[in-house]
Amino acid sequence: MIRFDHVRHRYAAHGVVPRAARSSSGHGNGHVNADLGRDAAGRGDVALDDIVLDDVSFEVATGELLAVIGASGAGKTTLLKLVNRLLEPTSGQVSIDGQDVARREPIALRRSIGYVFQRFGLFPHLTLAENVGVGPKLMGWRAAEIAARSDELLDLLGLPSEVFRRRFPQALSGGQQQRVGLARALAARPRIMLMDEPFGSLDLATRDQLQQVYRRLHEQLGLTTVLVTHDVVEALLLADRVLVLHEGNVAQLAAPRALIAEQQPPAVARLLEVPRRQLERLEALRR
Amino acid sequence: MDLSRELSELPALWSAHASITALAAGIAVLTSVPLGVLAARRPRLRAGVLGMAGVVQTIPGLALLALMVPLLGAFGFWPALLALALYAMLPILRNTVEGIVGVDPAVLEAADGMGMTPRQRLLEVELPLALPVILAGIRTAVVWTVGMATLSTPVGQPSLGSFIFAGLQTRNSAAVLVGCAAAALLAIALDVGLGALQASLARRERRRWSIAGAALTLLILASVFAPLAVGGGPERAIAASKPAVGAGGTPSARPAPAPLGTLHVGAKTFAEQYVLARLISDRLERSGFAVERRESLGSNVVFDALRQGDIDVYVEYTGTIWSSYMKRDEPVSSWRMLSLVSAWLAQTHGVRLLGALGFENAYCLAMRRDRARALGVTSLAELAASGGAGLALGTDYEFPKRAERARLEATYALSFGRVVSYDPSFMYAAVEQREVDVITAFSSDGRIDERGLVVLSDPKRAFPPYDAVLLLSPRVADEPEVARALEPLLGALTVDRMRQANQMVDREQDKRTPEQAAAWLAGFVRDREPTVGVNGGSEAVK
Repeated sequence: MIRFDHVRHRYAAHGVVPRAARSSSGHGNGHVNADLGRDAAGRGDVALDDIVLDDVSFEVATGELLAVIGASGAGKTTLLKLVNRLLEPTSGQVSIDGQDVARREPIALRRSIGYVFQRFGLFPHLTLAENVGVGPKLMGWRAAEIAARSDELLDLLGLPSEVFRRRFPQALSGGQQQRVGLARALAARPRIMLMDEPFGSLDLATRDQLQQVYRRLHEQLGLTTVLVTHDVVEALLLADRVLVLHEGNVAQLAAPRALIAEQQPPAVARLLEVPRRQLERLEALRR
Repeated sequence: MDLSRELSELPALWSAHASITALAAGIAVLTSVPLGVLAARRPRLRAGVLGMAGVVQTIPGLALLALMVPLLGAFGFWPALLALALYAMLPILRNTVEGIVGVDPAVLEAADGMGMTPRQRLLEVELPLALPVILAGIRTAVVWTVGMATLSTPVGQPSLGSFIFAGLQTRNSAAVLVGCAAAALLAIALDVGLGALQASLARRERRRWSIAGAALTLLILASVFAPLAVGGGPERAIAASKPAVGAGGTPSARPAPAPLGTLHVGAKTFAEQYVLARLISDRLERSGFAVERRESLGSNVVFDALRQGDIDVYVEYTGTIWSSYMKRDEPVSSWRMLSLVSAWLAQTHGVRLLGALGFENAYCLAMRRDRARALGVTSLAELAASGGAGLALGTDYEFPKRAERARLEATYALSFGRVVSYDPSFMYAAVEQREVDVITAFSSDGRIDERGLVVLSDPKRAFPPYDAVLLLSPRVADEPEVARALEPLLGALTVDRMRQANQMVDREQDKRTPEQAAAWLAGFVRDREPTVGVNGGSEAVK
């Protein structure tokens, strides 16, 4: 179980929290972007993406697949990084199975969590098999085990290991690289998966296929997954629950069915509007 | 051109050159890569470190090498190694920083996110990814170092530069050519090897990488151990002290004075010094000493080398000691200077002035015969009276800064329109080709006669005496055997004979090797031992 308790996070440019941001953070005001705007105007070094989370609380149950959606800069990636301590909360607490992650040794914590990076982050100097084997190697597996595990995952994700294990990442298409990224995250048999736009660069057919593959794996392995995505349809069709982030706040947290059915706050309604309209137009075409 | 003689010295000098290049590059890599990694992490440190390496880089190579001698208080290998390593640092440092900073942030985030420790991230991700860039820096550094290592000869470290310096001074183009070609070959070979390494790395071809690495290692090892393959050990070959044409006489059966070990004979960078060094070596060898020569030493390092016992004997000139080391500029007569210099050397440095060889190699002014006649001058006084103000003076590197120049100008109220410094071997050609009107010649130089120059007399003795004297290091100063071996040389060399010997080596046609010239001179040295079978005797001069 992953739990966020009143978590705030402010991006600090160059490692220093701007004074304006620091002084206002204690007041718990919800208008984070107003602060940031002033800050950006004043210092000129805070970009749009340097977003914060403000008083975010939620839980992800063990075995749950939670999708996080929201506009660009809503704080989705920040939320993921707080779980494995790539970022630290300014205040509040993130815990896993009841234990504050701040008390855990960050290296061991990260090794126990699978992470699929938005920009792949494959190691260009390593073969695909070696890329997939990085996590197991860090965990001290034996070479034969690592090789077998790499082959297994490459095969599973549609990259026949016979063909691909000795290739280097730059020889792959974006979609293929993304699969290797997924394989790498799964390699060390983590219980928790953090996924940042894992299917973003795949064509529609492959995306659908891989989504199903992952959903099955999630069930089979009993994973707990937090999946960040731009794709509202993906979130609705794949996740057990969907968390809508808006300007650093939790705008909604609900099961897909409830999200579609109920009357939603304006920020959430806007996000859902596009897929809904597309669906209506598709329906109209069929008639 | 005697190519085979030059080639016989090649293995030893190639080895010395390759060894110091490889060591210097190795040290530069071992220091610059960690320093570069640190600097990549800390922008403030980066600016400082790169700035400092840049400053080192702006110091001319020869100056940096020469600076290391007093800085380390040593001579030869260590200052050369340090200077070369310092010089090689900048490209490696810069490329390491660039390589590390240039690693894709997405890759670094992945390394962190997967739970690599900072150390694992550095060793398994950052350094491997920066390696092609770092290797490019190493490649640049190595090629520079091969070139600059030729300059380590004047500080007493044998290198391929020994061919170039000695060849330039004795106008032996074969030697210069061998030196340049060998240095270029070494640079190209290393560059190609490192280039292959770099290419295989960029293409991630591991087999090629190991082949290139093995080839490079083999090249370096083969270079370092070249003399062994050719037959002689490096020591023996560097010494190369068996004259091609011996001064006759079978080696005497006199037992060697054991505790002294090998005697090192020094020589500065001009023909006379090469000839005399061989003459001295030959006498010492005939007395049973093991001898090694250290030639082409800068005139600033040779005396320090003697003081410290890195060399044991060389020929110096009283005027040089008087002005350069004793820092005195008042004019004194020849005998007075000899005794004052002798006393100073003994008291201050424990160096023994064994005695004068019998000739002077003093500064003098010389000009083309026709030019002198046109101006109607035979002496410095007349030169000044003829309106020397517009004259161009060609000279060596030292003279413009020496006290002699000031005194020359003051004594005769002489001033020159233009002063141009040349390498001494080009100075004579410059006056002959009317580039300059008058040069500061050396009185024992064979090129005065050869170029048809006249020496202007110095009635007011503006130039101090420069008697050639034998100096012995503190180590051998009290060794009677050494003194006995060299004493027959004292007073034996007249300026005419020295000039002839120098000319034999210096002239364009019918050149003699320094060994042959030394052998010819040895014929005039009276000795208790019989000197027979002198090859290249006096007839050869004609």
